[in-house]
Amino acid sequence: MELNARIPAGPIAEKWAKARFDYKLVNPANKRKFDIIVVGAGLAGASAAATLGELGYNVKCFVFHDSPRRAHSIAAQGGINAAKNYQNDGDSIRRLFYDTVKGGDYRSREANVYRLAELSVNIIDQAVAQGVPLAREYAGLLENRSFGGVQVSRTFYARGQTGQQLLLGAFQALERQIALRRVQMFNRYEMLDLVVVDGQAKGIITRSLLTGAIEAHAADAVVLGTGGYANVFYLSTNAKASNATAIWRAYRRGAAFANPCYTQIHPTCIPQSGDYQSKLTLMSESLRNDGRIWVPKNQGDNRVADQIPESERDYYLERKYPSYGNLAPRDIASRAAKEVCDEGRGVGSGGRGVYLDFADAIDRLGRPLIEERYGNLFEMYADITAENPYQSPMRIYPAPHYTMGGLWVDYNLMSTVPGLYVIGEANFSDHGANRLGASALMQGLADGYFVLPTTIGDYLVTQMGKKVPTDRPEFKAAQQAVEERINRLIGAKGTRTVDSFHRELGSITWNYCGMARSAEGLRKAITEIRQLRDQYWREVRVLGSDEEPNQSLEKAGRVADFFELAELMCTDALHRNESAGGHFRVEYQADGEAKRNDADYAYVAAWEFQGDGEPPRLNKEPLEYENLHLATRSYK
Amino acid sequence: MNLTLHVWRQKARNTTGQFVTYKATDVSPDASFLEMLDVVNETLIEKGEEPILFEHDCREGICGSCGMMINGVAHGPIGGTATCQLHMRHFKDGDNIRIEPWRARAFPVIKDLVVDRGSLDRIIQAGGYISVNTGNAPEANMILVPKAVQELSMDAAACIQCGACVAQCPNGAAQLFTSAKVAHLGVLPQGQPERYERVVKMVEVMEEMFGSCTNYGECEAVCPKEISIDFIARMNRDYLVAQFRGPRSTILPPLFNTEEELVTNET
Repeated sequence: MELNARIPAGPIAEKWAKARFDYKLVNPANKRKFDIIVVGAGLAGASAAATLGELGYNVKCFVFHDSPRRAHSIAAQGGINAAKNYQNDGDSIRRLFYDTVKGGDYRSREANVYRLAELSVNIIDQAVAQGVPLAREYAGLLENRSFGGVQVSRTFYARGQTGQQLLLGAFQALERQIALRRVQMFNRYEMLDLVVVDGQAKGIITRSLLTGAIEAHAADAVVLGTGGYANVFYLSTNAKASNATAIWRAYRRGAAFANPCYTQIHPTCIPQSGDYQSKLTLMSESLRNDGRIWVPKNQGDNRVADQIPESERDYYLERKYPSYGNLAPRDIASRAAKEVCDEGRGVGSGGRGVYLDFADAIDRLGRPLIEERYGNLFEMYADITAENPYQSPMRIYPAPHYTMGGLWVDYNLMSTVPGLYVIGEANFSDHGANRLGASALMQGLADGYFVLPTTIGDYLVTQMGKKVPTDRPEFKAAQQAVEERINRLIGAKGTRTVDSFHRELGSITWNYCGMARSAEGLRKAITEIRQLRDQYWREVRVLGSDEEPNQSLEKAGRVADFFELAELMCTDALHRNESAGGHFRVEYQADGEAKRNDADYAYVAAWEFQGDGEPPRLNKEPLEYENLHLATRSYK
Repeated sequence: MNLTLHVWRQKARNTTGQFVTYKATDVSPDASFLEMLDVVNETLIEKGEEPILFEHDCREGICGSCGMMINGVAHGPIGGTATCQLHMRHFKDGDNIRIEPWRARAFPVIKDLVVDRGSLDRIIQAGGYISVNTGNAPEANMILVPKAVQELSMDAAACIQCGACVAQCPNGAAQLFTSAKVAHLGVLPQGQPERYERVVKMVEVMEEMFGSCTNYGECEAVCPKEISIDFIARMNRDYLVAQFRGPRSTILPPLFNTEEELVTNET
């Protein structure tokens, strides 16, 4: 497979302008002749579907929810970055670019990240024009806060509900296009396969989650904005239905999967409390603006927090990283939390927790200001734990949150299957080995509002008059394969529930491919995943029929894909003999910090499916740093 | 703790449903209501019975997917809470809990506890947006929004479109939902050009599908985001203004000077 990133020539600051000039344009009268399928309606999918509709294309948008507004982007809390430099604190496009590349531990593509930083400012403009109520100063100007891994204040926010508000902006734009009949909306539809005709993406196979009907939909291009795969860990901060099926089916149809082992473990989540637990809840990173993280200095110190004197507390992030302190990037903060808990200094039941303490901030700023900034988060914490975080410190622990890996895309966001575009968290493009806080919303919207609608035309002009009807054999074959798979899941008639398998898979992935990985552990994980997968297909129990709403069946298909993905994740983690960002191999460290190996691993690992039971083929896209020099990350 | 659940089971939209009794045993007080149902469902599957279908996703109270009538109250006994954020510590050992789907004519039952809330999206399609195409936007700080106005807009924009307001309303009215969107956009300077046209279009589509508001106020009591019925008054006023001046009145300066009025009236 040839990996051509199609990065435009020229100085980095001019690449995007040059690309936009070089792209062929689709005449406005011809746009209505093209059909585009968009799968997913989170920030990336909804913004792309709406914008493509505005441009005049025929858009079909598919979501598995009852409304596009339910996508998991809605749960993003803290904010969105943009290089506006409204705070006059030295920010610039170049600094956002630099912070993002460095935060990603030098494993992302420079040209993409630079474009992201350039477009960040347009996103804020667009959101404000749509009526997104971003936080304001008293004079009516936009307000900012700080996020991890950064020394400027460039994060825009809407209370603790920034994702919700930005998604509503995109959702409203989408609903407007639906009303104008530019976008046809398919709610409660799940994409179960990609249809490739003569090497080009020409449609998808869907299942109606209401009637079970399997349908084929043809188009001139297919766009996946279907999110990440952190639910491979079972317990994560993702919504319950978030899944990897769309990207995994595309992988099996020829789209390379890049850097699957780059997963983000978020440092500030509410610790697990019992076996019944269905998901983990994130406490926004913005809390680290004012909260201080600590554990007792001594092992097994069981005193309640306020009985532990200042001299016996270890504010370990402030101690280890004096210049960034509590705002160290996520991968570093998570690993540090694990380290102190492994030393036996963790707090709460099971010793898997650290304190996030607001006592100093409340003394300094007063309770009303803390309530204004974080009130909804404090309430959420109190609801879940029945503890009052104004009186005693919160207990937090890292949890799977985001996946930097995803389908490989070129500069134009096209995968290795021509005509298949991948946007938002579903692609691998911008965050390298670790994503900085408040950058996911930025990337999803940059892809959806600005990048994809611009780049897709350059492909579409080559597809004039090349429509493919759904009675082609490729559609029939894909449809048949989907039906057979569903029958196999229902027909297994085993004894164990889908969730029980998913939990077990999650615990394998978390133990061996979570915050710390080793060659030995990963090999063991691969063996265990394969065994469990075989058992799954024999022993899973899916009740009910495939012709009605059936959540067990929906889950069963998704978990089957998670098994395969988990194996690829471990394979990728095992091959990458270095530590980088969220990928921490215990064999490769220096003073407890990740130790990269730029000589051998400064590349994107793009895995190519070779068939069931066959090892995937590794393709490498070398990462060339022309503007930033590869350096060891330091937040000290 | 041990509980007795009386759950509405209904195979499909046009079939007759009934309450079925299940025992939930050894429920942890720290589990959420949906996690309690997860455990019941796992037991049902093991026994070879079809699990109870209920809608859910984020389980953080923000996506608006979940919702059920719990002992007759939308989202259950604790105010300002979506079902997924309701914890079992608010119930007592031995309690009987009656669980039903949203009850409203505009929300037909799909199966068990899942209903079709598509009618709410139709209200948004009628005008719940600012008509700005991607790329049209001016520089963000060119539009000044007084902090009080932004806060008020945000209070309304916090709506999660769960439908609890409609389900609880004896009339099955959607005024709280609609007025929240009308206010979210209508108080902001960006929302002024379409303000009156928007309210007319949205209210008219709403009235095609939903009941009428007679000020019971139950919507506000069950709203998981505690959205105020003051927004309904605001919507009614804008609708009335539009009736006097025609929905096209937006091309004239607004009758009320929104921002000044807001800043002086809101506390």
